[in-house]
Amino acid sequence: MNTPQPVEAVVALRGVHKQFGAVRAIDGIDLALAPGECVGLVGHNGAGKSTLVNLINGTLKPSQGEIDSHVTRGGRGSAIRSVFQELSLCPNLSAAENLRIAHPTLKGLGWRRRAGAEIRTSLDQVFPGHGIDTDARVDTLSIAQRQMIEIAIGFAPRGGQARLVILDEPTSSLDAGIAEQLLAHVERFCAEGGTVVFISHMLGEIFRVASRIVVMQDGRVVAERESAGFDRDSLVDAMGHVAQHAPSGEQRRHAEGSAPAGAASETVIEDAAGLSARRGEIVGLAGLAGHGQAEALAKLYFAGTSGWRAPRKPRMAFVAGDRGRDGVLPLWSILRNLSLSVLPAGARRGAVDRRAEATLGREWQQRIGIRSDDLGNPITSLSGGNQQKVLFARALASSAPIVVMDDPMRGVDVGTKQEVYALIRAEADAGRTFLWYSTETEEVCQCDRVFVFRDGKISAELSGAEISEERILAASFEMQEN
Amino acid sequence: MTRHSISPRKLLPLISFSVLLIATFALQERAMSYLGLNLLFNLTIPIALATIGQLLIIMVNDIDLSVGAFVSLVACIVSTLLVQHPWLGWLALAGLVLAYAALGALIHRFDLPAIVVTLGMSFIWGGLALVIMPAPGGTSPEWLRALMTVKPPLAPMAVVAALLIAAAAHLLIMRSGIGTVLRGLGGNSRSVARAGWRLSGLYALTYGLAGVFGVLAGLTLVGLYTSSGASVASSYTLLSIAGVILGGGEFIGGRVSPIGAVLGALTLSLAGSLLAFMHISPDWQIGAQGAVLILVLAARLLFTRREALL
Repeated sequence: MNTPQPVEAVVALRGVHKQFGAVRAIDGIDLALAPGECVGLVGHNGAGKSTLVNLINGTLKPSQGEIDSHVTRGGRGSAIRSVFQELSLCPNLSAAENLRIAHPTLKGLGWRRRAGAEIRTSLDQVFPGHGIDTDARVDTLSIAQRQMIEIAIGFAPRGGQARLVILDEPTSSLDAGIAEQLLAHVERFCAEGGTVVFISHMLGEIFRVASRIVVMQDGRVVAERESAGFDRDSLVDAMGHVAQHAPSGEQRRHAEGSAPAGAASETVIEDAAGLSARRGEIVGLAGLAGHGQAEALAKLYFAGTSGWRAPRKPRMAFVAGDRGRDGVLPLWSILRNLSLSVLPAGARRGAVDRRAEATLGREWQQRIGIRSDDLGNPITSLSGGNQQKVLFARALASSAPIVVMDDPMRGVDVGTKQEVYALIRAEADAGRTFLWYSTETEEVCQCDRVFVFRDGKISAELSGAEISEERILAASFEMQEN
Repeated sequence: MTRHSISPRKLLPLISFSVLLIATFALQERAMSYLGLNLLFNLTIPIALATIGQLLIIMVNDIDLSVGAFVSLVACIVSTLLVQHPWLGWLALAGLVLAYAALGALIHRFDLPAIVVTLGMSFIWGGLALVIMPAPGGTSPEWLRALMTVKPPLAPMAVVAALLIAAAAHLLIMRSGIGTVLRGLGGNSRSVARAGWRLSGLYALTYGLAGVFGVLAGLTLVGLYTSSGASVASSYTLLSIAGVILGGGEFIGGRVSPIGAVLGALTLSLAGSLLAFMHISPDWQIGAQGAVLILVLAARLLFTRREALL
């Protein structure tokens, strides 16, 4: 009646910004989601997709700009539904009971029967022939079945009607047949006037269902077209950006005139999954976060180091990225944190050689530039970047010929990064081998050889000049249709 | 019920209870009578109620170390204030429930460790109890005494009460809608928050309900003992935790069983009686309860392993 526009948007974002402290997660986005369309949302890790989802569904409030919607947004009874990639059901409840939690009007006697009927109807609609027991506790079901229940809860009426369903990597744990059922349902749902935001790293799926594709990068929408306006290459191009200016390890090494780690040097690591590394080589593990890189490193590291006794000459050293979880010992001094890895080697008759420990501490403080007057201070007195340097020193001070690094530059400032790159390069030239998992393309470009992971498997091996953002992105995203 | 509820692991609380009960009957067949059963389980009623209170807290991944002190305080109020000034007494009990609810909201709002907060609160409850009742004594309100000594036909009061507690707790926690949401809180609180629930309110409700069961425990305790003291229920803290775990509950993940917890409380008190029938000094009672707990947990671990292998 009162709107002159032909179609009113389900949700419209105008000039939306979102900041977390100093970090700009969303940096000015205008986006309107119309009824009946399926919007494919793509972008690399940290492009701001999750934040955008949480702004659209009302979980987060924008720092600036406005979000309009004529449907119920946020709270119970929301017509905007989100299905998240990480499983977010209550594992101790049944499917029907999980529906109850998200259902505002399921009350009174007999609610179990009605909940069971509603979730079964929804499951039957999306995944015909699913065979899921809706009264079984969710933790007794397979991961795929849990994901199916989550999707079914997203599409269920829940006392109203789903108007916009946001699917964040919904097919990551579904097999091809079930994923196809979901895609078909998304098409049906949109044909009936519903709206879907579809986030996936399977570009084939995006092209299959999306009527429009939105590409995000650094919290901004960098490209937005009808899906017919993209082909695979142009889409990957649109996602990529970083560091064309940053020289790769290979180029830099040529520029510096030092010898590359040639094929001649011996292979020191080789595992069944195809991961390998030669002496003096910096090997990168790339791909989207959570695709098995950290697991591959952990497997390799534990296989190489587990034992009852700490050997005097360790085979591998580890640099943690998640400092709080598996790096820093927060109650210890800087020096104790640093010398941890060399204690067995520096011990005399079972006792720590304090003088040698202090000398080692001073040496590494100078080499790696730890900014503190006194290494006896607690490690927590240092900034995050300096704590990370201590962890690097811990690994490098050991005699281990192999250093495993699990995204070690998280939260490290640019200056420190450059210092550490140089240090790693120098150590590699001296014959050490580095295995380096990173989510940042710039860091991966420092490597001599890169393995790209997808769905827990190696999807590509790149070396030398092949290492580029485009190639890594292309290998990170699924190319074939199913 | 679905076929999932009949795994041997779920039947374990019933099995361990039956084993102890049969052993008791074998040693002392006079226990197998209306009067004997009542004597055997009489004093378990308040423990069972306190165990349900503890179960609610464990269900949301917290733990309550103040149950014993809280029930003692309630007992002191019931045996003095409630007798002399009933209105004031009820008001005080309602205030205690609200305090529990506020505690739950506080623990969640500021992300405090429940184990520390409730440990601290146990000293506050204990101190208040001492102020109200410096020395043991007091009396039971007439109606309460009458209620606890009623002799129902067929089964003695202790058994009827245990069945009632188990049924009511099962309905509230396992079957009702809000109970389901509260269990979801223990399973994945983020998912509950995403569905649009206010978590502080839910935590307050959980703790408030636990407070209600604590008050009921204190009431029944005075009805049975007809007197009280500032530390009359101090053993309830550990007994209630042991009861929840014996009953198949887990500390993390919202996996609890109210029926199992009542059985767990009964099993623990049986373990004590069994020793008495075997003419073993009561000094060993706590140790025996511990041994039963370890045995049942070991059996549960075996079942869990086997289920995981299947």
